[in-house]
Amino acid sequence: MIDFELSPEIKNNRDMVHMVAEQYMRPLSHQFDENEHEKPWDFLNMMWEASRNSPVSIGGDGKKKKADQEPSAAPQRGLLAAVAIEELSWGDAGLYLSIPNPGLGGAAVAAAGTPEQRQRFLDRFKSGKPKWGAMAYTEPHCGSDTAAIQTTARRDGDSYVLNGTKIFVTSGLMAAEKSEGFVVVWATVDKSAGRAGIKAFVVENNTPGMTVVKCENKMGIRASDTAMIVFEDCRIPSDNILGSPVVQETTEGFKGAMATFDATRPAVAASAIGIGRAALDFTREALEKEGVKVRYGIARARLTAIERDFMEMEANLQAARLLTWRASWMMDQGMRNNLEASMAKAKAGLAVTQVTQKAVEILGPLGYSRQLLLEKWMRDAKINDIFEGTQQINLMVVARRILGYSSKELN
Amino acid sequence: MVSFQPSEEQQLIRDTIASFAHEQIRPHARDADENGAVPAAIVQQGWELGLVQSSIPEAHGGHGDTRSAVTGALIAEELAWGDLAVAMHLLTPRLAVWPVLMLGSAEQQTSVLGAYTGNSFRTGTAAVMEPRFDFDATEPATTAHRSNGGYVLDGTKCYVPLADQADRIVVTARTDGGGVGAFIVDRDTPGLTIGEREQHMGIKALATYTLTLESCRVPAAHRLGGDDANVLALANHWRVGLAAMAVGVARAAFEYARDYARERHAFGMAIARKQAIAFMLAEMAIEIDAARLLAWEAAWRIDRGLDATREAYLAKNYAANVALKVTDNAVQILGGHGYIREHPVEMWLRNGRGFVTFEGLVML
Ligand SMILES: Cc1cc2nc3c(=O)[nH]c(=O)nc-3n(C[C@H](O)[C@H](O)[C@H](O)COP(=O)(O)OP(=O)(O)OC[C@H]3O[C@@H](n4cnc5c(N)ncnc54)[C@H](O)[C@@H]3O)c2cc1C
Repeated sequence: MIDFELSPEIKNNRDMVHMVAEQYMRPLSHQFDENEHEKPWDFLNMMWEASRNSPVSIGGDGKKKKADQEPSAAPQRGLLAAVAIEELSWGDAGLYLSIPNPGLGGAAVAAAGTPEQRQRFLDRFKSGKPKWGAMAYTEPHCGSDTAAIQTTARRDGDSYVLNGTKIFVTSGLMAAEKSEGFVVVWATVDKSAGRAGIKAFVVENNTPGMTVVKCENKMGIRASDTAMIVFEDCRIPSDNILGSPVVQETTEGFKGAMATFDATRPAVAASAIGIGRAALDFTREALEKEGVKVRYGIARARLTAIERDFMEMEANLQAARLLTWRASWMMDQGMRNNLEASMAKAKAGLAVTQVTQKAVEILGPLGYSRQLLLEKWMRDAKINDIFEGTQQINLMVVARRILGYSSKELN
Repeated sequence: MVSFQPSEEQQLIRDTIASFAHEQIRPHARDADENGAVPAAIVQQGWELGLVQSSIPEAHGGHGDTRSAVTGALIAEELAWGDLAVAMHLLTPRLAVWPVLMLGSAEQQTSVLGAYTGNSFRTGTAAVMEPRFDFDATEPATTAHRSNGGYVLDGTKCYVPLADQADRIVVTARTDGGGVGAFIVDRDTPGLTIGEREQHMGIKALATYTLTLESCRVPAAHRLGGDDANVLALANHWRVGLAAMAVGVARAAFEYARDYARERHAFGMAIARKQAIAFMLAEMAIEIDAARLLAWEAAWRIDRGLDATREAYLAKNYAANVALKVTDNAVQILGGHGYIREHPVEMWLRNGRGFVTFEGLVML
């Protein structure tokens, strides 16, 4: 039955996470935006400890494949994660992204790894010190066009040897050098094979030959590190190739890695919505202080420009949220959600960009001032229309699916 | 628990309506538009689907089904996908019946509902809109003054569907207390004049009329729900209905443009393979789903008995914009051919433009 009521479990989790966002994240926002490359260690340690005690790590990926779950275990993992991520990002998106967890790398392992690999790489997140996972596909000369990856993986006996440069790796520094984490690296075993040659490899932290050469300075989400990682004759065990041994012969590796996005795009969309909601709440409160009330139900011709703008922001955000919930719900049902995940991501990425930019406009000096957080949210928001597939790339995924085109037919 | 899956029963209803829209409505939509009339056979077939009788209690001769705004939204989308004017025509009797079901006293229900449970289409309607650019359903200019134990209605209404054949019209008017009341006005009430049939840009097959009420006296017993009834609760029902219909019209246009773009070639390939077209189609698909989910959520709130004022209003406005944008894009995707009446997209654009204007033309 069509129903929009969150389960009590999800609501409780949401309320708890909201408390964290309000009490622990908001007060840090300003400091870790201004002081890029500093780490909020107390907060990170706290989140790590908290996620140990919770059935689903808050801010964790919740992206385990349905097939290997107990049927009754967590039938709404994806939705629960989406709701939690919205709250965390309402608190602070940069801080949310820097929370120690399996991250995108973990999502890739969950989506494409064998059971043995999932255990080997993901169990570590249950204990010990804070750890991070990261994923590296983007290179200096290719981002959207993942099939053009230049990093190579050469087979040498029981090893693969990686060579190449990866950029913009979220939590790359923490995963590669500052914790017992790992980086999932996309590389080609055969450049002449195009897509079919591209596989995902797990590189353990501090593997010789893997070096973080810099962390980027960014427009927003400054609390999150974005690393450039160079691989020079970086030798890893051959069973670190994600998926079963057959992936070496087929395009399975690439498809598996791409399937990661079906899980991560709703998560990015949820994060976008959290930032948008922060801006919307802030705008509503600021307007109310000035005695401006938004009137629902009156003739459109009688609405003020601010009311119109505000309602449009609100409706866009809610539409994005429902699309995101749907994509997450489908994932939880074990339904293929490739189309819906990209719909949610495209909508949310654009909506939050527009909503935050509009909020800055509406609030004038309050919006532009660095004393308040609205301008920061606008800067944070923009990334959601870029990473995990840009607006255009997600539209392309949607277009291919509604038109029944392959990537050859529409690109 | 969150779910996006209609119940089995809803799915069955939706499929039934969808095939009716596909097989009966759509093939006649263009002619209906050109001729300015919905064929009688479709009206009768539509009646036989039980769209009106379903929710009337068995005691009054109806089927006694529970009213569900969510189910209503599913139905409205499918009907409007077939044709908006036909959809509105078929649902027009609800404009008189639903307010009575929702607000009417036992006596009012007894005196009204039975008429709408027969074997053939029976017209009732409602008069909500008024001919002003800033018309506001919450503040009608039409007034209802108390006088001699009854009410005297004065004002002008427009966009009253099927007013010429309706035996009763539910009229909204501002009361002395400042609230908005709904009054059952019988067709032959002195002072009620039904004007010429209106001519519109779209929904041309739906006959709508302007009404004037001049010292039009109705008994106190004809005020729905008594003196304090909040008629504005009805607004949520029509807004969600309009939102769902806007989705249906948009979806029709999207599907047509999508299929056309796959067939039509330019510069050596299907135009759908050009990003300028493909991305337009992708955005149309996303916005249609977005509008539908907003409509469903508002409908779900209504069914749950939660306040839905904001959600219904936002859903309607959002869906109205989507309908316009999507139908306009559809014309664009067909290029010059989109402008020719041989293809339906120009009709959908004319119909789609109306949603920002419409209020109170349908009930969920
Ligand atoms: C803060 C941050 C964090 C990131 N985190 C990660 C991470 O953890 N791991 C990782 O691997 N990457 C990460 N990225 C990289 C990100 O995913 C890429 O930047 C993104 O995929 C776009 O690639 P690009 O920058 O090379 O842009 P390009 O691919 O060069 O695109 C440039 C423009 O062209 C458009 N475009 C490209 N191809 C097409 C096409 N076929 N049709 C139409 N338009 C097209 C794009 O939409 C874009 O507008 C991150 C980036 C940032 C900024």
